Amino acid sequence: MGITPSSASPSGLGAGAAVPWWRNRRVIPWVVQGAVGLTVLVVVAFLLGNLIHNLTAAGLLLSWGWLTQPAGFDIAETVLPFQASDPYWRGLLAGLVNTVRVVIAGLLGSTLLGTLLGMASFSGNALLRTLTRLYVEVVRNIPLLLQLVFWYFVVFLSLPNGTAAIQLPGVVLAKSGLYIAGFGEGLRWMGPHLVNGVWQAPLRWSVEFGALLTGLIAYSSAFIAEVVRGGIAAVPKGQWEAASSLGLSWLQTLRQVVLPQSLRVIVPGLNTQFISLAKNSSLAVAVGFTDLYSVAETTLNQTGRAVEVVLLLLGTYLALDLFISLLMNGLNRLVQIRER
Amino acid sequence: MKPLLRRLRHDLFATPVDGLISVVLLAVIAAVATSFLHWATSQARWAVIQANSTLFAVGRYPIEQQWRLWLLTALLAAATGISWGMLRSHPRSDRGGILWPRNDRIAVGLLVALSLLLPWLLGLSPAVQLRWVAITAVLVLLRWLAGRFGPQLPAALKRLLPLGLPLLYLMGMVLIAGGLGLVAVSPSEWGGLLLTLLESSFAILLCFPLGLLLALGRRSDLPLLRWGSVLYIEFIRGAPLITLLFLGQNMLGFLLPGGLAPERVWRAAWVLTLFAAAYLAEAVRSGLAAVPRGQLEAARSLGMSMPQAFSTVVLPQALRVALPSMVGQFISLLQDTTLLSLIGLMELLGTARTVMANPAFLGHNAEVYFTLAVLFWCCCAALGLGSRALERRLDPATIARSG
Repeated sequence: MGITPSSASPSGLGAGAAVPWWRNRRVIPWVVQGAVGLTVLVVVAFLLGNLIHNLTAAGLLLSWGWLTQPAGFDIAETVLPFQASDPYWRGLLAGLVNTVRVVIAGLLGSTLLGTLLGMASFSGNALLRTLTRLYVEVVRNIPLLLQLVFWYFVVFLSLPNGTAAIQLPGVVLAKSGLYIAGFGEGLRWMGPHLVNGVWQAPLRWSVEFGALLTGLIAYSSAFIAEVVRGGIAAVPKGQWEAASSLGLSWLQTLRQVVLPQSLRVIVPGLNTQFISLAKNSSLAVAVGFTDLYSVAETTLNQTGRAVEVVLLLLGTYLALDLFISLLMNGLNRLVQIRER
Repeated sequence: MKPLLRRLRHDLFATPVDGLISVVLLAVIAAVATSFLHWATSQARWAVIQANSTLFAVGRYPIEQQWRLWLLTALLAAATGISWGMLRSHPRSDRGGILWPRNDRIAVGLLVALSLLLPWLLGLSPAVQLRWVAITAVLVLLRWLAGRFGPQLPAALKRLLPLGLPLLYLMGMVLIAGGLGLVAVSPSEWGGLLLTLLESSFAILLCFPLGLLLALGRRSDLPLLRWGSVLYIEFIRGAPLITLLFLGQNMLGFLLPGGLAPERVWRAAWVLTLFAAAYLAEAVRSGLAAVPRGQLEAARSLGMSMPQAFSTVVLPQALRVALPSMVGQFISLLQDTTLLSLIGLMELLGTARTVMANPAFLGHNAEVYFTLAVLFWCCCAALGLGSRALERRLDPATIARSG
């Protein structure tokens, strides 16, 4: 209470005066920040100056009016109805809806498969463990793009058509697409059926969508399996022993004792994997599925609006990532162990 | 026989459910293996690989200039042999000072077998086959020489030896691109494995210092540096690589004064570098976080300056911790080079596309993709293996044991 801060300042000032300014602990941070800030500022100003100069010269100065012009291209597969006469923004939106569709289906599929694989790596069966290990090692060391084109050009495009198609109850897989039973006209249950040698069904997925989804799920599930494996390994061994001495089976132990506890380790890891799945979905362009990136590329080629299209693209993917992060952070709060 | 049976029973048939799973899995494995063998031996036409092996290796690199690439390969083999031998020549108690430990004998055996088998399988001419054998012989010979006589070299020379590697890299660039009296070969003529390795090695080498600076910036006390690094890292990590490559190809021309924008190959290389730096920064940051704060404080209280403390105390520990995730980033960088095919560059996958578009090889996608997959798998697995070996070598326990 009786101590006044003024007693400290003269000695501080004295020390500052004794050392030259380039060794003064209070000056250096400002000098460093100033230098870095100035460099960044100069570089950004230089780039922006060039951008404005070059865009003005090309007559492409930032404007968004082109978004309402008719697009003039068609999108093969959309949830949102879209025709060539619709404006560009609708095309981009249809692309975004397609991206979101793939991402949601991919998240569900890869989480399911990845969790199963992660659980299998703790199985008592040595063969199952080895095969899981092998799957993860093979998938993780081969580029995703290569896997996608393999699924599309080698597997899905060599499927038979017509009566030779792979037929399961309610589902038909043919070269022309995946046909799934559902409620057709007048809410009547309808399975896939042949009309003049062409399959018809209430629900149809294109092979492009199928190949992209299969590739993404196969790739992401290997990474998710590793996350799940790490999570399960983080649960103390005593939990397994305690559960089995209570008479719980392997599956019961895993489902009711180990997995709930491992979730707090798994969820942050899943967040990273989900975001990379969302970003990886942009590789759809390689298998001919019209997602957001693919529409944006066509739009740029037609309008030449490089800056606007790139800004839209980056902004949308950033928003998608943030959305996934937000959801996963909420989930993370739910699964954290609440200390009492 | 008894222990084997008991082990089989324990591993595969412990319970009825386990037994059922094992039988089903064995049946699936057998079915997959036989159908794959059937395809590989009777249906697949490997001529598509044999006829295009040069294209896959170097793209459209001019034939009369290809001796430069052979020279570069031989130099790389020599450098590999010397560094391998020098690494092994360190006397280490845990290996009993053996010149050829078991792993090395296996590696040499594999190398020799590959150099004999692969060129023959690819149907290369006898002269070219001989070249591969000669290159392997150089590698093994230098490995032996360096292991045998390396320890007797003067200490000053031994310290200078690692400097040869960056020199070799620059020399390789000159050999590939031309200059210094060599005919220039434009980047648009590079392709195949050459372009893939060039882009990934360039990005790996340059993203390391950048990522290190970004990681240090992110942990800095100076708000401007910290927020600048955070902004950059999160921006890059939020965007798919393909959109950034797209940005590089379409916007760089607008961002730089007319005519200054680099060639497409170099644009892609820079985008890859800047992309990888953000991810590497995160790997390094986790390593830095693992070093106790007391280490820095102890170093500072010994009178070390901040740069000294970081470079001699904090960073060596942080990088050792970060090594596995850093190599993981390098592996995914190598895989990410396939995306260059989407912006029209002729790296491995781009070359594959042109090959498959050739009417003579139509419908032989599976063979090409399979070969590329094996190639990538081997490269990535080798990087992972190297990383684990390095980890063991840098482990304090190993270092303490070898004294």
